[in-house]
Amino acid sequence: MKQLLRDGGHLIRVAALFAAGVLAFFVMRGLLVPADFGRYGHYRAGALEDNRKRAAVFAGKPACLDCHGDVADLQKGSKHAAVRCEACHGALARHADDPSVKPARLGAARLCLTCHRATAGRPAKFPQVDPEAHSGGADCASCHRPHHPEQESKS
Amino acid sequence: MTLDRRALFGTAGKYLIVTAATATVIETFLSGATPEPAAYAAADHWWAMALDIEKCIGCGNCVRACKTENNVPLEAEFFRTWVERYHVRGEDLEHPDVDAPNGGYDGFPEKYAAGDGARVFFVPKLCNHCAHSPCVQVCPVGATFVSPDGVVLVDKSYCLGCRYCVQACPYGCRYIDPRTNTVDKCNLCYHRITKGLLPACVESCPTGARMLGDLKNPKDPIHQFLRDHKVQVLKPQMATGSKAFYNGLDGSVR
Repeated sequence: MKQLLRDGGHLIRVAALFAAGVLAFFVMRGLLVPADFGRYGHYRAGALEDNRKRAAVFAGKPACLDCHGDVADLQKGSKHAAVRCEACHGALARHADDPSVKPARLGAARLCLTCHRATAGRPAKFPQVDPEAHSGGADCASCHRPHHPEQESKS
Repeated sequence: MTLDRRALFGTAGKYLIVTAATATVIETFLSGATPEPAAYAAADHWWAMALDIEKCIGCGNCVRACKTENNVPLEAEFFRTWVERYHVRGEDLEHPDVDAPNGGYDGFPEKYAAGDGARVFFVPKLCNHCAHSPCVQVCPVGATFVSPDGVVLVDKSYCLGCRYCVQACPYGCRYIDPRTNTVDKCNLCYHRITKGLLPACVESCPTGARMLGDLKNPKDPIHQFLRDHKVQVLKPQMATGSKAFYNGLDGSVR
């Protein structure tokens, strides 16, 4: 043993250096890798929460109906019954949070034609019109009720 | 009865505590004692999306809603979801004309004459939220991953911006956000679906061409959809385990 220690000094120095390297690796790893890394897989578990914490911009139809339940009654039995409010009215989470934030008024003609202008590629059974031929470009809402287009507008 | 200062403070203190406690109890009782909403348990869900090409009208609502909800740059290179228009001449499945002006953000200006002998249709696209995702496999740092509920997410604070995943995605669903120089992609509106809301594209689709589904929930209507339709995923030969199920997917769609 004494012989080994005397003649193997260079081996011990290399071994010590190697051990120090391994130790440094584990120390650095402990310092740099977040504690929640690898809890569910090869990623930081906190990233799930990071992805969740943003606020919604679209309120969602149930939030709309909390106050505007009468519109759901208007839609009943119509082809527009399943259309969610913000498909036409746009993102309104800010209005849902604070009713004093007024939504923009909608131009019915442009709004209707986003979906209903005749375009090649739209499914044949989907109702489409050429606005000039259909009504001479008149305001859609002068005949159709947007929430129940099968019914004639009262105005 | 004499009341020295010490006794007065002692008695008053006791009354104050009793009153406060009673008020708290009454308040909880009157307010209906709203129970803590059940915490979202990721392991109870396995999210997927069903898309019905036969219902898509190419209005571009989903593209606009997505950019609004997720603060996606408005330039025409950056999309979390977009809509493509296919124009296929009869049997020539190999050479469709495909266009997506501004990703469908402004809708689709009329380009093809009706009755030109070709079939024209719209294909909404988004991250397929693959169960065996190539983009996740190439990330060198674990900045993109499949969450326990089956959504492919990005950890923006961990992303190096190396762009491996952008090249790896077979569906072209990723882009580098020029503001942060990190990758961005559809996260299925993770901040919405985990709170019981629908993704913005689904919320704004007027025809129901998009449907969010939870494959782990046996009561979810997506199971009915998958029973009633003959569905296909994009590039099935890539074996990505895609969870975007298309009804009416034409053979020309890549």
